[in-house]
Amino acid sequence: MSGLTLDLLLLQVVTGVALGSVFVLLAIGLSLIFGMLTIVNFAHGAFYMVGAYMGVFLYGLTKNFWICLVLVPLAVGSIGLVVERFLIRPLYGRNIDDPLLLTFGLGYVFIETIRILFGLNGIPFSTPAGLRGAVDIGIGHFPLYRLFLIGATGVLVLGLWLFIEKTKFGLIIRAGARDPEILKVLGIDVSKIWLLVFGMGTGIAGLSGILAAPLQAVTPEMGIPVLAEAFVVTVVGGMGSLIGAVTAGLMVGIVVAMTSLFMPEMAKVSIFLLMALVLLVRPQGLFGRAGLMG
Amino acid sequence: MISKRNSKRSGMSRREVLAAGAGGVALAGFTPSLFSIAKAQTGTIKIGFPVPLTGPFGAEANDQVKAAEIAVKEFNDAGGFQGRMAELLVRDDKLNPGEAATRTLELIEKDKVNYVVGSLSAAVQLSINNVTKERGVIFNSISQSDAINEVKDWSKFTFHEALNPHMTAGAVGRYAFSKFGKKVVYLTADYAYGHEMVRGFESAGKPLGATTLADIRHPIGANDYSAFLPRIQSLRPDVLCICNFGRDQVNAVKQATEFGLKEKIKIVAPVLLYTARVAGGPEIFEGVVGGTSYYWRLEDTVPTAKAFNDKFRAANGGAVPSDYGALGYAGVRTVLTAAKTAGSTDTDKVVAAMRALKYDFYKGPQYYRDCDHQSVQSVLVIESKSKDMKDKNDVFSIVGVETPDEKNLRSCADLGHKA
Repeated sequence: MSGLTLDLLLLQVVTGVALGSVFVLLAIGLSLIFGMLTIVNFAHGAFYMVGAYMGVFLYGLTKNFWICLVLVPLAVGSIGLVVERFLIRPLYGRNIDDPLLLTFGLGYVFIETIRILFGLNGIPFSTPAGLRGAVDIGIGHFPLYRLFLIGATGVLVLGLWLFIEKTKFGLIIRAGARDPEILKVLGIDVSKIWLLVFGMGTGIAGLSGILAAPLQAVTPEMGIPVLAEAFVVTVVGGMGSLIGAVTAGLMVGIVVAMTSLFMPEMAKVSIFLLMALVLLVRPQGLFGRAGLMG
Repeated sequence: MISKRNSKRSGMSRREVLAAGAGGVALAGFTPSLFSIAKAQTGTIKIGFPVPLTGPFGAEANDQVKAAEIAVKEFNDAGGFQGRMAELLVRDDKLNPGEAATRTLELIEKDKVNYVVGSLSAAVQLSINNVTKERGVIFNSISQSDAINEVKDWSKFTFHEALNPHMTAGAVGRYAFSKFGKKVVYLTADYAYGHEMVRGFESAGKPLGATTLADIRHPIGANDYSAFLPRIQSLRPDVLCICNFGRDQVNAVKQATEFGLKEKIKIVAPVLLYTARVAGGPEIFEGVVGGTSYYWRLEDTVPTAKAFNDKFRAANGGAVPSDYGALGYAGVRTVLTAAKTAGSTDTDKVVAAMRALKYDFYKGPQYYRDCDHQSVQSVLVIESKSKDMKDKNDVFSIVGVETPDEKNLRSCADLGHKA
């Protein structure tokens, strides 16, 4: 390829990291819910889409992106709480397929509701005022918003890690993921923990949605393609593993960026090729525990 | 003679009786269909209208229906044809060629439609065309394709009311390369329609001395284009042609704007959709140049556009028709007008009438070219604006108009038609 310079290669890596940040955001919510509740949440993409719409709606009211960054995950997380309490909870203890089918259908209900409320067409959302434009990062110009996205993802991952590793509630979550029976014996109300974890997972999906809204068209179907990508990332990283979601998300982002540079038409397929390669070597994913699904 | 035959009849052999009986049964079996054909010649004039009501082009497809209904209403209000009213039978093709073929077959076999108008996807219209071609039913396509006019897909029943990628990309290319520069990079959706648009740009650019720096082909339906953008930036083109459609286009333009590409590079799109621009917003599309078959502001200069917009506004709470929407109107109105001028709903007569039609229904003069039934019409070059907007619908300025001219089409010989 002509015109290939070190700067271009490095810039491509940075682009990949930014792209990977979106994947990380999506995958940690998904992984959190699976790791704790063993629920494959097929409505995750729809929660992400609802987050974007909620962001547009709340931004219209408040005119403040930062307030929206706080309100949206709370609002979408609250929807998650209701969904867990009234739809998911009756299905605990049943086959893994049941909640999978439920969330799959729920995703379509969300999409249809948004279509009725906001139309088929999609709505505009531009980059918030302070984060517009591109800045010189030494190797070329890079959009300021994407740098912010990398930072925001870092902060979220760090916060989540501290929460799970350093707080009492985190300890209970980790214990619950290993053996909910023992937790119950110890007198802890596991159903409350599950409720909160589901709310957190969907809240993070909502946050991913508003963070992605300035990057792409806000449409009722925006959650469908990203759901596939998010699942690939969780599978590559190992279902239920946070460190796996982070590593795999960044890895997938960089692989997509590099494929786009050298074999653009293969960009989409490269994600699945990577997944196939990883699963051949480690069927449980990079950081997954074997047999969790079985 | 007669008496002789009668006398012979009276002595019918057993075999003859059986054969006559079988013939009678067969005739009885045919009667309902004969009856319904007779009924179709006198009942309502039915137009099958398969469009992707659900899916990513749902907004455009719903607009197509609204506009087509105006053509039907207008026809009926004027008394129809010899007292026969028109009726639109809308079906959702779900943007799926298989689904579209099934629905079209149903429309023809079960609903007995007289004509088929519709579609909004290159692949889907080819699949509908296959069905209508085989059954000898007129199909007036209102979606862009280069292939539908080529000999292998075309039949005398095939009409193409929409522009084709060669015409739109050509018009935009001729405008952009002479105005903004000749070094070009393409970002192309990797499917037939994308490739056709690049071919249109390149053939328009050749006589102007335009050079292709790169044709970067992306998978269709990508939601993030950022990974293609650093390379585009480093190639330093004068013009970036974004050869994709709908939501792909909104995402690509949004991210190109975000990467600051617009500062040094002019972004053009062969087909710039009204609906995509509304969904993307003014800041994102600011300055993007593209081609279209119709923009409602044509009403400032074209009286038929004004008349059509007024009817559409009255029926739809003040909303203006979109580009692809307007095609629904034109597609239906041409077949109905042709039936009227032919004085018959008979397929061959309507085909002949459509071929002879010189019409100005909503955008200025048009006619179907003899060899391939492509509608020869004007192509508008538009630029997206973010300032001085009259109202929320006022999103483009018309910066150029290519008048109807067969020299902007691929020649009949190029398409494989004889002379």
